[in-house]
Amino acid sequence: MYNYPDSTGHFGPYGGIYVAETLMGALDELNQAYEKYRHDPEFIAELNYDLKHFVGRPSPIYHAKRWSQQLGGAQIFLKREDLNHTGAHKVNNTVGQALLAKRMGKPRVIAETGAGQHGVATATVAARYGMECVVYMGSEDVQRQAQNVYRMKLLGATVVPVESGSKTLKDALNEAMRDWVTNIENTFYIIGTVAGPHPYPMMVRDFNSIVSKECVVQMPELAGRQPDAVIACVGGGSNAMGVFYSYIDMPGVKLIGVEAGGHGINSGQHAAPLTTNSKVGVLHGNRTYLMQDENGQIIETHSISAGLDYPGVGPEHSWLKDSGRAEYVAINDDEALRAFHDLCHLEGIIPALESSHALAHAAKIAPTMGKDKVLLVNLSGRGDKDMATVARASNIQL
Amino acid sequence: MSRIQTTFDKLKQHKRKALIPFFTAGDPTPALTVSLLHALVDAGADIIELGVPFSDPMADGPTIQRSSERALKHGVSLHDVLDMVASFRTRDVSTPIVLMGYGNPIEAMGWERFATRCAQVGVDGVLTVDFPPEESHEAFGHLQRHGIDPIFLLAPTSTDARVERVAKQARGYVYYVSLKGVTGAGHLDLAAIEQKIPQLRKHIKLPIGVGFGIRDAATALAVAKLCDGVVVGSRIVQEIENSTEQNVIANVSKLVKELRLAVDIA
Repeated sequence: MYNYPDSTGHFGPYGGIYVAETLMGALDELNQAYEKYRHDPEFIAELNYDLKHFVGRPSPIYHAKRWSQQLGGAQIFLKREDLNHTGAHKVNNTVGQALLAKRMGKPRVIAETGAGQHGVATATVAARYGMECVVYMGSEDVQRQAQNVYRMKLLGATVVPVESGSKTLKDALNEAMRDWVTNIENTFYIIGTVAGPHPYPMMVRDFNSIVSKECVVQMPELAGRQPDAVIACVGGGSNAMGVFYSYIDMPGVKLIGVEAGGHGINSGQHAAPLTTNSKVGVLHGNRTYLMQDENGQIIETHSISAGLDYPGVGPEHSWLKDSGRAEYVAINDDEALRAFHDLCHLEGIIPALESSHALAHAAKIAPTMGKDKVLLVNLSGRGDKDMATVARASNIQL
Repeated sequence: MSRIQTTFDKLKQHKRKALIPFFTAGDPTPALTVSLLHALVDAGADIIELGVPFSDPMADGPTIQRSSERALKHGVSLHDVLDMVASFRTRDVSTPIVLMGYGNPIEAMGWERFATRCAQVGVDGVLTVDFPPEESHEAFGHLQRHGIDPIFLLAPTSTDARVERVAKQARGYVYYVSLKGVTGAGHLDLAAIEQKIPQLRKHIKLPIGVGFGIRDAATALAVAKLCDGVVVGSRIVQEIENSTEQNVIANVSKLVKELRLAVDIA
């Protein structure tokens, strides 16, 4: 039985609690609260109620027949996380953490966001539960994702542009940590991915694991069996951990994480620390594979999808890579865009650019497999937020 | 006996408190770092915390973040910082130097190689902000085998159990973070410090330095009364930021002299 992390938050050599002493008290408090409530029937009942009635779970699985047929190989099934309220898997986790914050008596929540999806999901639950909400977002991303910034504001959140460092997701995370350490008494930090110090990687995975719990039931109903492989994109890796988790103990199911290859992994401009075997290091509270220079400074990453544009990766993915349970590959910007357009044309679904990386890898391997084989792709979000980026990539002015 | 212990013993004999300034190596330029170190000693510093620049200084406020960015623009690496200490040691063999920063640059170099170099160039202590005792066991073993003191932080939120744990692993001195927040924040609560220090002393036999939020002679004096050493970081970095390459040494020296006078009244 797969049973990670250990009691100190380690996945093999990865994970852990690498933070300043000033945060240790808050993490202890969070750890205790999470251990107390994760098995509490009342907590679980409230969570399940909101997942059903507020988020719209369970999300369906859809057989992409026309696309599969065109590719001429394995049958591709899509887990429709794009149909969730707020348009992505992120809300599975923010509902869980906000309910925990409520029980811990924290009236204020903060979050970091890259593309804005986690920020929107946090602002949404903050409005739903009547909490103050502050979202940190790199000033570069604020410009690139103006529409999501406005969505957060409509939901009552304050969006703080972060001007330090590379002005992107990693810097937003730094700034949220600084806010947290300053306002520890009344503030709950809702981290959006399976990174950060323990217990975040475990907790965010647990809240997202509802995705694979549903798949394990839905796949036999729809496809007559479990998939041959499960495919998901990996930035920090929360949707991938969610869709992998219940399959880890099924050795017949391959797990494939797809990182952002950017302009190509040989260009150096990408966000694929696992695929490229980056050096292991310590950032944002955990030990993991990390894109860095020879002096241990974190380097800037590139991806067409802001949600994958992160130099690290959740520590559990590092462990799944080393243990050989999952494999990690990269898909570059152009390949992701091609899959994006194919899904629009052939299936009437506009996927998020993040999810398009997973789709592109499915498109790559499906033709090499028999028609009786089954691939399950986590369609982690919808692409409405990406209209401007896709139009720009096609040289179209909106 | 280590240079840090010798320094605190000597101060104790003279009933004085330690003044521990901080600045980031390579800020404003790598060429000025060694001169700044000597100038701090001449102005009255007892121990110097030398910052190792890092791209993602999570526990630091904007002032020290910017100093890190300036140093990184000059391409200052951990290797360079160690070379600077070596150069400082050719003229000063008694002032303790503590390297302060984040773990990843050391991880990239390798802890054993780093500890060996520290011992060679004359580094006395290492404070890795994002390595709490829970994660430090192996890393700090390398330091101790080479006679380098691991310096640990304690905070207002540190429980008794955590204080005890740090007491077991710390060497040299313990750095008490005087407020909830990042470096350079402005809300120093003297009453809270006064209340917390005796609680720390129950377990900590090492000298206790206090930092975060000390901005001028008055706050330095007030804090010095409560502990064994006063750490001043953001205020000095701010002085560096507001100076030119021509007057930075004079300006920083003047500031540190004022702080020295204040600490000596305590």
